[in-house]
Amino acid sequence: MPEISLNILDVAENSVRARADLIEITVSVKPGEDTLTVIIRDNGCGMTADQAKRAQDPFFTTRTTRIVGLGLPFFKQAAECTGGNFRIDSEKGKGTTVQAVFGLSHIDRMPLGDISSTIHTLVVFNEQIDFKYTYEYGDKSFVLDTREMREMLGDEISFMEPEVSLFIWEYLDTNKKETDGGAEI
Amino acid sequence: MKSLEELRAIRAKMQGKVGVRAESADQTRVVVGMATCGIASGARPVLTALSDAVQEQNLSEKISVTQTGCIGLCQYEPIVEVMEPGKEKVTYVKMTPEKALEVLRLHLIGGQVVTKYTLSAAQNGAKQ
Repeated sequence: MPEISLNILDVAENSVRARADLIEITVSVKPGEDTLTVIIRDNGCGMTADQAKRAQDPFFTTRTTRIVGLGLPFFKQAAECTGGNFRIDSEKGKGTTVQAVFGLSHIDRMPLGDISSTIHTLVVFNEQIDFKYTYEYGDKSFVLDTREMREMLGDEISFMEPEVSLFIWEYLDTNKKETDGGAEI
Repeated sequence: MKSLEELRAIRAKMQGKVGVRAESADQTRVVVGMATCGIASGARPVLTALSDAVQEQNLSEKISVTQTGCIGLCQYEPIVEVMEPGKEKVTYVKMTPEKALEVLRLHLIGGQVVTKYTLSAAQNGAKQ
């Protein structure tokens, strides 16, 4: 994975397959503390403690198409090699939280990448799931909550409609720039 | 900061214009693999390019663009599968946004399979 945002897309797809109906994603950049933290929390089917532990092992997967599962191990390794840390908290039937902390200025930290496109892809292609995305930079932040969007837009209009899809992308892109001042992350 | 309030204006503008978006049996299904393997090799921009083009060209009644998990051919990702009613599935491999738009133009609109990008072409090429 060349960028952190693609790891987020990949891990959030696990939440989709875990039949979550709410996925909360937080990206928090704290230059003062020199950290970049990613939290992906879902209310999907969850895992047992044993499965959560084994999910970090590349030779464990619930899929049947192949015998290796690299999504979470990639993410874990990417965080840990920057002096950060990684944890999975999961409860069967309740949901799963994945948290990765990266050393922000560490030479081995991959770029955040196109996070706005990642969130856009998740929101538009999984309309049946609610998303709450929070982006923080220093003490500034903004939120995209699809439940609030539905309230404004009503139930009839799809997020895939070109005007809506474009609005979602512009909302993410504009507000990110205003939050981080266009910093390269 | 942009506000979600703008969605109210979009809603008012689109009132009455929105058709039913039910998937129907005579629709062509275009599926993009979006598991770890697909995402790592660039599936996200492929999915976005296809979906945007289908919406912009008002083809969404005829073509539905969706995502799926691992297809089991990770070395050929990004993969786009085209399923037309009554026809055999066509698997396009190692897609880029540009190639995917070519598939949209020539195959989905023009009706001609773009043989050079198919799985069988890639597999035959590897044997030679």
